[in-house]
Amino acid sequence: MGTQDGTYAAGVPDGAPAAGEPDGGRGRASGPGTLVEPGGAGERAGAEGDFIVLDELEKVFRVRRKVGRLRRERREVRAVDGISCTVARGEMVGYIGPNGAGKSTTVKMLTGILTPSGGRLRVAGIDPSRERTRLARRIGVVFGQRTTLWWDLPLRDSYALVRRIYRIPEARYRANLDRCVQLLDLGSLLEVPVRQLSLGQRMRGDIAAALLHDPDVLYLDEPTIGLDVVSKATVRAFLRDLNAAEGTTVLLTTHDLTDIEQLCKRVMVIDHGRLMYDGALSGLHEVGESERTLVVDLERELPPIEGVVGARTVRVEGPRQWLAFPASASAAPIVSQLAAEYPLADLSVREPDIEDVIARMYTGS
Amino acid sequence: MARPCSESSVLPAETYGARAWSGLRAYGHIVAMWVRSTMAYRTSFLMLAAGAFAGSVLDFVAILIMFSHVRVLGGFSLPEVALLYGTSSTSLGLADLLLGSFDRIGARVRDGTMDTMLVRPVPVLAQVAADKFALRRLGRIAQSVLVLGWGVYAAHVDWSPGRQALLAVTVLAGGAIFGSLFVLGGAFQFWAQDAAEVQNSFTYGGGTLLEYPPTVFAKELVRGATFVVPLAFVNWLPVLRLLGRDDPLGLPGWVDFAGPAVAVLCCALAGLAWRAGLRAYRSTGS
Repeated sequence: MGTQDGTYAAGVPDGAPAAGEPDGGRGRASGPGTLVEPGGAGERAGAEGDFIVLDELEKVFRVRRKVGRLRRERREVRAVDGISCTVARGEMVGYIGPNGAGKSTTVKMLTGILTPSGGRLRVAGIDPSRERTRLARRIGVVFGQRTTLWWDLPLRDSYALVRRIYRIPEARYRANLDRCVQLLDLGSLLEVPVRQLSLGQRMRGDIAAALLHDPDVLYLDEPTIGLDVVSKATVRAFLRDLNAAEGTTVLLTTHDLTDIEQLCKRVMVIDHGRLMYDGALSGLHEVGESERTLVVDLERELPPIEGVVGARTVRVEGPRQWLAFPASASAAPIVSQLAAEYPLADLSVREPDIEDVIARMYTGS
Repeated sequence: MARPCSESSVLPAETYGARAWSGLRAYGHIVAMWVRSTMAYRTSFLMLAAGAFAGSVLDFVAILIMFSHVRVLGGFSLPEVALLYGTSSTSLGLADLLLGSFDRIGARVRDGTMDTMLVRPVPVLAQVAADKFALRRLGRIAQSVLVLGWGVYAAHVDWSPGRQALLAVTVLAGGAIFGSLFVLGGAFQFWAQDAAEVQNSFTYGGGTLLEYPPTVFAKELVRGATFVVPLAFVNWLPVLRLLGRDDPLGLPGWVDFAGPAVAVLCCALAGLAWRAGLRAYRSTGS
C-alpha cells in the first residue's frame, strides 16, 4: 500500500484516463493513455493477458421528460462516458464513486445486462452483450441489496437449484459447497429458511451461491453494506482467501473505504461517467489530499492543541478537539506525542468519506 | 474450485434446440422450487386453492342465474354455453398456470430484479414463465374441466372420434393463444412498465368474453375478437362447428379448424416481440 503509482487523471481532457498499474503491475504494463491496440487483448484473453478490457466504453441513455402538458423533451444522459482500462486475471479491483456516477451501469455492461452504446468491451475474450448466456457461466454476480436466495426454503435448496441451472458436476459442486460452508461459516445455516437469516448471514449465503460454478470473475455490488463488524470481517477474509487461493478476479463496488483498504491493491474512481483515478488507494489519498481526523477527548477544557507534528487543530468544543492529519500518514506518532503532552481521556480516528476525497479531487484540480 | 473446469463447461455455439431444452429444464427446476416454497405454508395453499375454485364457481353461477330467467342466450342453450365456458376457461386456466407471471415484468423492471435473471445461463423467457408459479391455479382449472365435462355430456353432440380430437386440440391451441398473449403483454411491459392491466384486459377479459356465445355481442366486437386479437379461434369457431351452427361473421368453413395454425402464428409473434422487448430493455436499462 506504500507505493504511489496511481496517476491522477482528472485534469486530462477528453476522457483519456491514465492507467496506473498497481504494485508493479501484474498485467501487461501499458503506458498511461495507451491501453489497447486494436484487435489486441480480447482475443488473447484467457491467457495471462488482459482479462477484462474496456476501450472507450460508453453508455448513453435517452431520457424523455415531460415538459408542460403535452410536449416531451428528449435528453441524452451519458452515464458512462468513454472509460478505458484493463484488468488482469487474478486482480482485485475496487470500483468507487458517488451515487449516480456510472458504477452500476458499468457493471451491468460487464455482465451483459446492458448493451454498450459505444466502445469495445471484452470479458474473458467474450463480448458480454452478444454472448450473455455463455458469459454467465464464467462470472458470478452478487447484488448487495437483492438476494437471489429462495426466501421460504432452506439455504441448501437455493444451492441445489444453482447446481441444476449451471449444470455443475456433482463432485465439483460438493467440493465447492463444502469449501464455502467452511470459510463463510454457513454450516449451521444450511437447513434454515432464508427468511430467518440475518442480513450478514444472507450476504454470506449469496456470496457462496455466486461461487458454486467456479466463476473466473466475481462482481460484488456493495458486499458489506449494512453488515455488522464481524460479518464484514468474515466476508473480507473470505474474498481475500478466494482471490489468493483460486486466482478469481474480483471487482467490487463499495462506499466503504475500509473494504478497499483491506482487499484491493487497485482502486478506480468514477464520476460523471468518467474514470477519474486508477491506481493504489494510498495514491488516491495523496491526490485527493484527503485527511483523517483524530477526535481527542481531554480530561478538561484546554486551549487549542498546538505543536503536534503533522497535525493541525481544526475544531474545539469544550474538552473535545478535532485534529486533521494527512490520510497517508500514520496516526501513531501523533497519538504518542499527544499522550505525552496532554491529559487524554479518549481518542478516536475518523476515516475520510469517499465523497470527501472525490470532492477534494475536483477542488484541487 | 479447480480452474481448468470453467473452460470446458462453456457450451459450444448454442443451437435453438439446445436453448429450448435448457429453457424447459430450467423452467421445470424453478417451478419445482416454487411448489416447494408454496408447501412451506400448506394451510395457506389449501385455502387459496379452495378460494380459486370457489371464485370461479361463482363465475359460472352468474351464468346459471341468467339461465334461470331465459331459456336460450343468443340462441344457445345452457349446455352449449357450458361447452363454450368450459373450453375458454380451461384454455385460459392452462395458460395462467403455466405462464401466469408475465404481468410482474413491469414490477421486476422497476425494482431491478430483472437483472438477476439476465446473469443466469438459461433463457430469460423460461425464468419469467416459471416465476411465482402458483399451483393454486389448479383450482380454477378443476372447476373449468367440471363445467366442460358437463357440457360435453349434456349438449346434443354426437362425439365421434374426430369431434373429440377437435375438442382436445381446441383446448390446447386455445391455451397456446392465451399464453402467447401473456408473453406479448409481458414483452410490452419492457417499454411501458405499467401496462400489466392492458394485458390483463385482453387475457382475462378475453377469457370472459369467450364464455358467452358470440351471437350475444355486437358484430364489431366479434370481428375484433376474430381478426385483431385472435380470440375467436380459442373456442368460438371450433365449438360452433361442433354444435353444427354458423358463425355470425359467415366465414368459410375451414377457419373452424385453423386454431392450431393461429396458435403457432401467435407464438411466433410473441417470441419475436419478446426478443425485441428484451433487446430494448438491455439497451435502455430500467
